[in-house]
Amino acid sequence: MTTLTSLAKVEAIALDRAQLIRTVRHVHVSSRPLIFVPLQLAGEACAPLAVMVGDERGNERLLIAFEPRDRTERFRFAAGLGEVILGYVNGYAAGDPGEGVPYPDAPQVWVPNAGGLKFTELLGRSTRFRRTDGPYPVPASVPLLGRWVTYLAERSQHPLSSLFLSATQALTAHWATGQSATEDQNLATLLAWIAPPPGLTGAQAALLAENPASSPPAGPVTDPDFDRDVLEGLIKAIEEARQTGNVTTCDRAQALMARQLHSVLKPTWDLMWQAVDLLRSLPPGDHVAERWRTDRFSFTGYVRYLREDGFPQARRDAAVDAARRLARLENEAQQLAAHMAYDDPLVMAEYRMTGEAFAGPVVRAEPDRLDETGKRARLRPWITVETTDDVLAERGADLRSPARPAQQARVIEVERAGERTRVTIELQSGMGRKLVPEPGSVPAPGDVVCYTTFKAEFQPPPKFPDREDTPWTHGGPPPEYVPRDEEATEEWE
Amino acid sequence: MSAPGGADTERRLAWLRGGELPQTHNARTIAALASNPGCARRALLDAAATRKQDIAEHAGFPVPFGMSPFALSRGVVFERQLKDDPGGLLLALLRETLNLDIAEVGFTDLNDVGGSPDLAVRHARTKAVLTGRPDQRGTLFDHPLLRFRVGGRHAYLEPDLIAFRHDDTFHVVEIKSFAVIDGQADPAKVAAAAIQSAVYVLAMRDLVGDTATVHHESVLICPRDFANTPLATTLDVRKQLGVLERQLSRIAAIDSVLAHVPADVSFSLDADEKGVPQRDPGDLLRDLKRVDANYSPECLASCELCYLCRDEAGGSTSVLGKSVREELGGIESVPRALKLARGDDPLPVPEDLQEAAAILRRAAGLRRDALGTAWAQTR
Repeated sequence: MTTLTSLAKVEAIALDRAQLIRTVRHVHVSSRPLIFVPLQLAGEACAPLAVMVGDERGNERLLIAFEPRDRTERFRFAAGLGEVILGYVNGYAAGDPGEGVPYPDAPQVWVPNAGGLKFTELLGRSTRFRRTDGPYPVPASVPLLGRWVTYLAERSQHPLSSLFLSATQALTAHWATGQSATEDQNLATLLAWIAPPPGLTGAQAALLAENPASSPPAGPVTDPDFDRDVLEGLIKAIEEARQTGNVTTCDRAQALMARQLHSVLKPTWDLMWQAVDLLRSLPPGDHVAERWRTDRFSFTGYVRYLREDGFPQARRDAAVDAARRLARLENEAQQLAAHMAYDDPLVMAEYRMTGEAFAGPVVRAEPDRLDETGKRARLRPWITVETTDDVLAERGADLRSPARPAQQARVIEVERAGERTRVTIELQSGMGRKLVPEPGSVPAPGDVVCYTTFKAEFQPPPKFPDREDTPWTHGGPPPEYVPRDEEATEEWE
Repeated sequence: MSAPGGADTERRLAWLRGGELPQTHNARTIAALASNPGCARRALLDAAATRKQDIAEHAGFPVPFGMSPFALSRGVVFERQLKDDPGGLLLALLRETLNLDIAEVGFTDLNDVGGSPDLAVRHARTKAVLTGRPDQRGTLFDHPLLRFRVGGRHAYLEPDLIAFRHDDTFHVVEIKSFAVIDGQADPAKVAAAAIQSAVYVLAMRDLVGDTATVHHESVLICPRDFANTPLATTLDVRKQLGVLERQLSRIAAIDSVLAHVPADVSFSLDADEKGVPQRDPGDLLRDLKRVDANYSPECLASCELCYLCRDEAGGSTSVLGKSVREELGGIESVPRALKLARGDDPLPVPEDLQEAAAILRRAAGLRRDALGTAWAQTR
């Protein structure tokens, strides 16, 4: 939490609705996202109960495991879900785009909250190792579902990726509500603050949305009262109907359960589309498309891997892979922070608060200044910026401006006088090849400019040893990964 | 002046409770005590062993703190599966984790004593068995009944299992039904299990009257991956023991809390013979509010009165969470923080708030600049 965000939360209380903390959108929003609202049985590690899923808001599909604790029923459910997910994913993977080219678009899946992400990861873990032959054969869609959702869950941990999003995380990254971060995990109350119904304040709307009876939880765990008062009886009724062998009674009991689960899931389904609409209404930041391109490359790579009969993801990474992945995630986090600051003055404002960036008008400019100390004269314009921001940068520091991200700049002098600071900067590139700068390449007096000490460029990751050179301190070279038989037949009860 | 926890204290706590029987604490409620030690309202409600959930509901702020029947039955099934054959799976598991001797067998069921569910009888029996001669003691003790002093009162606690080892140490064994998948479990659930174990360790140490005999390493048994196969892991609860001891000692000072509470304050529900509360809800609410609370969003996960206190804390930055409040320079009032940010507080800014005020003004200015018209429209 930063001061700016905290202030926005205070404003949200005073103004009765959530406040923007970003001026642009920093996630990609697909034109055809797949909404995925999972429910699981309480108390179990990963017992799917139902999902509402689909890529059209008027056309939700409801899949149910009528006895979530029954193994056969679970795999029937997973196979059905696999068909849906694979149908959606394959829609983006027609043909092969050719070497070095990504597919024109990629799938994007949305779950309501962090619990939904975790559930998906576990669903992937419990299905990806299954086999279509051997002791417990399953339909081919089961292990493929497992691989895809594991892939998506892994991507969701990449700061730069938008392939798999949680609605609460995406929304809280853009709005500050008048409730705590804990309460922001509840999609219904979060949206109540962002878009309260007419006539209600955010706080009033959130209070109504908090009642699990009128506003069912967005999962994956269901309301305990619903479990006790409704679900337990429904599951028992189906069980009893099955034992009597009466098909009509059984169908009727299942239809009853389907109706109840539909009514529990539909409100969240509608909220999910509302969340997508709200985020779509914000203009995208300049770097969003570039980041989506890396998602498209990643997706393309994984499609190819699976087509070549790729293995399911290992249960754990080997040492070098784990280190490489961690470095990459850190690198991405830095890159995302820089992208966001460059795209969004309200994010840059966070750095202006801490002195890592400053902004203000240009008060003096020498656009034609030449450096003639070397053999050949070089164009080295100086500009002086006056700011009321704290300036941490000292003489000699390298600076960049979001308006001209490729232009190198260096601090020549920092003069502090009371509340104001004057920073003289030498511009070193991005002005054309002549000894006169290209028009617009040097800020003119009166222009308001912003400079910062961090860069939005890609930083090459550190070097790691090859797999076969894993040092003994890290267990030496790991054995070649091949999924084991017991992983395929592991109990799921 | 009476001794702490003396008859006077007892009388006042009984008065606070009304005609009700005291509620029994369990490890979970004791562990929860540790989460907000600065809250007088909660300390008092707990020390008086009141029916907090009913009180909150009657005062107009019910909380949905129910537990799913599926989760309950899952827990029961997993524990029963282990204990139905104590000499088998359970012993093998503990033997490996605690290095028990092959010879060390013996499962003592302390669930009831000759069919008597009476708590005092069960506790006496537990004490007799656990402090008896080591060579006659056995190895595993199922559901011993421990007694533990909280806020000047005794609470009975029932750990899942206690194991005794050849090197004369007891180990608390916790059986939990959350899964450990590929060596990883939900960190929040592990943390909760650790602090509950710590409560049992303290109670055991109290019972045997010796710290060294009860080991700070507890054993956590959970289902492994997606199956019912149990997996045992040791948990070092030294840190949790420290936290608990510190906070329990503060709670122990319930007399100092009582000293600040008017003598006529009561949390009684005035229940009739059918247990239906007859007290005027507004009256109950007023009395509750006469004792100071210390609300933070963490209360939402652990305290039955959370909605009441949250409602009361409206307009305070504490509803937004500790980190937000810190970022706001510790300013408590929402309107005040806004006034300072906008620089339109007619009152002079006190010395100790000047730095915070300057930061807020600066943040407000940056927000105004960046949001421009969007910022203006909402005002």
